[in-house]
Amino acid sequence: MPEDQYQRLQQRSAADVKELWDLLDAIKDPEIPALSIWDLGILRDVQRNGDQVIVTITPTYSGCPAMDNITTDVIQLLNDHGYSDATVKLSLSPAWSSEWMSAEGRKKLREYGVAPPEDAGLDDDGLTPDAHAACPHCRSRNTRRISEFGSTACKALFQCDDCGEPFDYFKKI
Amino acid sequence: MSDQIKQATQEYATRLGDDSVVLGHRISEWVSYGPFLEEDIAYGNVALDYIGRARMFYAYAAELADDGRDEDDFAYMRNDREYRNLLLMELPKGDFAYSQVRQLFADVYYTLMLPELLQSKDETLSAIAAKAIKETKYHLRRSRDWVLRLGDGTEESHQRTQKALDQLWGYTHELFDMDETEQLLADAGIGVDVAKLRDSWLKMVSDILTEATLTVPEDSWAVRGGRIGYHTENLGICSLRCRLCTVHILAVSGN
Repeated sequence: MPEDQYQRLQQRSAADVKELWDLLDAIKDPEIPALSIWDLGILRDVQRNGDQVIVTITPTYSGCPAMDNITTDVIQLLNDHGYSDATVKLSLSPAWSSEWMSAEGRKKLREYGVAPPEDAGLDDDGLTPDAHAACPHCRSRNTRRISEFGSTACKALFQCDDCGEPFDYFKKI
Repeated sequence: MSDQIKQATQEYATRLGDDSVVLGHRISEWVSYGPFLEEDIAYGNVALDYIGRARMFYAYAAELADDGRDEDDFAYMRNDREYRNLLLMELPKGDFAYSQVRQLFADVYYTLMLPELLQSKDETLSAIAAKAIKETKYHLRRSRDWVLRLGDGTEESHQRTQKALDQLWGYTHELFDMDETEQLLADAGIGVDVAKLRDSWLKMVSDILTEATLTVPEDSWAVRGGRIGYHTENLGICSLRCRLCTVHILAVSGN
């Protein structure tokens, strides 16, 4: 397991508010509803001071429009469970990395029809390559990139030359 | 943080926010006008990255101002003369070649400027740079690819791209200007000394243009003024800011 993912798991299992981490598994990314904010690595920290709950999240990309939705959803969920004093803090540093995505998240992403970051290599510049991301539908590597930017900032668009299906690839950043 | 540094940092964050929001808006004007669907979506994505940066810079400016204004007030509720963006960012989208050449200039600029900002002693500015650097890599690959493709493409695409270069070149000098505020921050290890980036920028841009069979323009003219609020007519209340602010102003006034 990559170091970053291991650290996240350690942080969660050592937390004294485990029930809040578990509760927040119900918050899904509005753009990829198969994944929770934990799966994506957007959820950074949960703290409780007396009656106050502070949840820290981080955006995947600067302009990620899902942040406002997620903030509203987290506060609503906590309020519904009796935590009336809930705050969501946005943290910019360290910058989000696709390395933070959980192993479970990667599997769910693939099942949802989006190729996870590790299903493609990197080109010489460390960016998305122009071919050979594994197709999440038929697993073929006979694929090519058709657009650098997909339906959201975090994805690129590929097409499979074996099954013919276009698919999103979740970029490594 | 001394009052002088704090005020300068607020001004600096506002300037960087203005650059981002104005360019982000210009890029977004391509949505539904792109040459094909994927390009349309790509433009939307890049625009979103810039609007996101603007939010982060403005939120920080608002935090430093601590006078009840929020990021939206910085983005929408100032008049034209209070905008401090570089003029390059506000020029109309023009044709596809024009927008891609402008984007190449901006992407190379941020490729050089953001790693410097990452070293800032100001933690927030450094954190914003850390996020933006990753995005800019993708932006540059796309604008570089397009300039190569258009420059070394058909006779018409070559001619249009050269024309865009010649029309935009004079606006690039301002990118490397320093004034008292920015010098103060550069000396304090907070801001970037952009004057030092010009040689590297020229080298990177020239290499790409030469590969694209284009001619690097001569430095025969320069337009400046964005950083002191002297804008071209393209920013004004009848053009960009009208579209940018009207909806917000109507929404907050409850009409």
